[in-house]
Amino acid sequence: MTARTFRHIGTRPIRHDGADKVTGRANYGADLSLPGMLHGVVLRSPHAHARILAIETSRAEAVPGVRAVITGRDIPENFGSIALGEAPFDTHDIGDNALAHEKALYHGHAVAAVAATTIEIARAAASLIDVAYEPLEPVLDITRAIAPDAPILDAGLETKGRPAPGSKSPTNIAARMELRRGDIVAGFAAADVVVEREFRTQMVHQGYIEPHACVARWGQDGQAVLWSTTQGPFLVRDQCAAILGMEPAKIKVTPSEIGGGFGGKIPVYLEPLAIALSRKAGRPVKMVMTREDVFRATGPTSGTIVRMKLGAKRDGTLVAASASLWYEAGAYRGSPSGAGAMCCLAAYNIPNFFVEAYDVLVNKPKVAAYRAPGSPMATFATESLVDEIARTLGLDAVEMRLKNAVAEGDHAPYGPAYPAIGLKEALEAARRHPHYTAPLAPNQGRGMACGFWFNAGLSSSATVMLHGDGSAAVTTGNPDIGGTRVAQALMVAEELGIPVEQVRPSVADTDSVGYTDVTGGSRVCYATGMAVIQAAGDVRDQLRARAARIWNVAPDQVGWEQGRAVALDGAAAQKPLTVAQLAAEMGRTGGPIVGRAAVNVPMAGPGFAVHLCDLEVDKETGRTTVVRYTAIQDVGMAVHPSFVEGQMQGGVAQGIGWALNEEYIFDAGGVMENAGFLDYRMPVASDLPMIDTVLIEVPNPQHPYGVKGVGEVPIVPPLAAVANAMRDATGIRSTTLLFSSPRVLEALAAGD
Amino acid sequence: MSKLHVTTTINGQPAEFLCEPHETLLTALRDALGLTGSKEGCTTGDCGACSVIMDGRLVPSCLVLAGEVEGRSVTTIEGIAQGERLHPIQQKFLEHAALQCGVCTPGFIVSAKALLDARPNPTEQETRYWLAGNLCRCTGYDKIIRAVLDAAGDMRKVPA
Repeated sequence: MTARTFRHIGTRPIRHDGADKVTGRANYGADLSLPGMLHGVVLRSPHAHARILAIETSRAEAVPGVRAVITGRDIPENFGSIALGEAPFDTHDIGDNALAHEKALYHGHAVAAVAATTIEIARAAASLIDVAYEPLEPVLDITRAIAPDAPILDAGLETKGRPAPGSKSPTNIAARMELRRGDIVAGFAAADVVVEREFRTQMVHQGYIEPHACVARWGQDGQAVLWSTTQGPFLVRDQCAAILGMEPAKIKVTPSEIGGGFGGKIPVYLEPLAIALSRKAGRPVKMVMTREDVFRATGPTSGTIVRMKLGAKRDGTLVAASASLWYEAGAYRGSPSGAGAMCCLAAYNIPNFFVEAYDVLVNKPKVAAYRAPGSPMATFATESLVDEIARTLGLDAVEMRLKNAVAEGDHAPYGPAYPAIGLKEALEAARRHPHYTAPLAPNQGRGMACGFWFNAGLSSSATVMLHGDGSAAVTTGNPDIGGTRVAQALMVAEELGIPVEQVRPSVADTDSVGYTDVTGGSRVCYATGMAVIQAAGDVRDQLRARAARIWNVAPDQVGWEQGRAVALDGAAAQKPLTVAQLAAEMGRTGGPIVGRAAVNVPMAGPGFAVHLCDLEVDKETGRTTVVRYTAIQDVGMAVHPSFVEGQMQGGVAQGIGWALNEEYIFDAGGVMENAGFLDYRMPVASDLPMIDTVLIEVPNPQHPYGVKGVGEVPIVPPLAAVANAMRDATGIRSTTLLFSSPRVLEALAAGD
Repeated sequence: MSKLHVTTTINGQPAEFLCEPHETLLTALRDALGLTGSKEGCTTGDCGACSVIMDGRLVPSCLVLAGEVEGRSVTTIEGIAQGERLHPIQQKFLEHAALQCGVCTPGFIVSAKALLDARPNPTEQETRYWLAGNLCRCTGYDKIIRAVLDAAGDMRKVPA
């Protein structure tokens, strides 16, 4: 692709929604109130696994101020599947997760909901709903779930994909998949070094600061209006329609500002309940989760067991790999084990491998996407073993990885040949970085790790409207979760040649813009960006036609340079016309100018990351501190580098939290014991150092600017980077995470 | 149970509201006074998204009873900007791209204001510990810390 000189792309203007967000004006999910609005609350199961025998709501309904009570009976059991974005959604499962029918499948599973004139009345009434449960043994880990005598969560469950030979029903194994290449028996036989370990990671939550919230208003015309904090208003619409048996066109979803999601605000939880309550009560209903609800009933990503074996030649060349991935799905199918399988060997050329991945039901909340879903856990195993082989062979960590790193034309483990990718460039940058050779203080260690993520494409729509003064508005359907408005405005500025401040970017409701997939999959800047660029190009083409009309020449006699229509050869006498000049003439040259585009684009191609982590371990207290961290990433093309850096830094912080402290702690009955921010310990400012970033730009040939996705891969390397740094500092090769003080002390004592 | 009538000062202006005795200041700010800039992230004082300054002291408004602000003075995120001008901390948050989703931002800005009121020249470490009561899940804190330190530098140049 020919290098293009940019005027706006790559600059760092202030985001357009910034002033609202630093002054408290921006409206998030819980900020909306409507006249006559009721407050809804959810009654949740006190059991992790129980049959629901009966629900008696009459005492709750009799409370003054209560306007509606719903149970699973109000949500039809709709068996089917809808294709939404990255994956099909099982309509029964999402409905049953929103409001249980036959069984409560995890502690905190919604079993009923109440709408009342005040939240206090709603809460009091919910406590008067009588639910008769038959408690069942909860299945709380993979080992128990696959035991021959394990209680079965779903008697009708069939293993999708490629069930293991000899597998039987009923089962808790929801899916199994395999990837293979070459001959692993011969591969391992040819290896000089073979390492094999079993790794475990714990269930963790996305940890967005804003709890789920929505307001629904159902009308007697059968139309519903929903305001929701979501990563995907169209997916909310379509999920609610499927769950409630409504036509999607009868639901309009307006996304609020969104206070973080990381994948966790793609599913619906409250939204279908709020619509159902509003329908029953005839008034708007607002529902807001507590933090405890968020932990118990939304989000998390899988706890995992990964058994992996790697073989290498004496020079470090990887020759064989085998892996068995077991991921907790929570109460319904859908863990990201398959993605984990596709990602875990994706950074390296390995001629012989076999990977199998299992999706296992347990009585825990249904997992949701979490930033590069599935990749961090399996990559923890891979990068730990690569580190171990490099140590065993006395090879430099970068050298070992460079020897095996994939490049353009190499095949991914899941099939396709890689387009232009920057893994080797990122590894070289790591080697050149002063961090790599900086001296370490006593009790410090250094770890490195690579990471891979796909980066989605999918569907997006955009509209660019020109105003009479030459400014423009750009409208898309992606809630702005981290600076996508300003990125889109930069694209319009680039295409039209107007200042970025003259572009007003907006996020529209589902009636005001074409279908657009989620803000997720690292896709917005790439895929929605392509729609924006095309829509702005459409405006530019119309402006050229208007200039042609003014000059009375053929449209192909008009070119476009630096934001101006210029006359080509045949009309050389004409002075160029600016966007503002042409905009001022719109009414006389054909009317309003609106550009539009709707795209469905292939995956962006992977963006690889290479991270360096320095860890200091206090051997007396076991305290571990990340003292230096550098994230290097092939970002394709950074449209707004500050927000690209921000994605990298944020992903690193989440990965460090996962490695050091974050975990769901369940008691023997399956009750989460740490459902609050005090005990579910996410990193705070004093836990972290500055996080250095290095942006490598290997352009994506599929995108006019070279953009790749950037948001997800930064969470992939930190688990192993921290673990490898721990190994370097202490000699401890940990196959679990959580380098919290007690565990480190325990490990140090065991190692002595 | 009858409601309490509370007379107080919010962002320099006299204000009054009715509240239940058990109601938090955060609820009163958001529901009774329409000041939704203070956010509810946890209601347990762990996330800092609802931070306000009460009589010069930084507090999570979810752990203050609404009735407690009788006769006191409360500064919320809505009172940080100086008329039509953003406060230097707000300006630096924008320049440094120190927010992504932005839901924790009001709390951070109020906390940072309290920090710089108390310590006009904080070190990075002091800033990190002061802001440790505010959770951000998007940024990894890097740009937030830089924005606050940069704002502190600018504010020291301007005579008070």
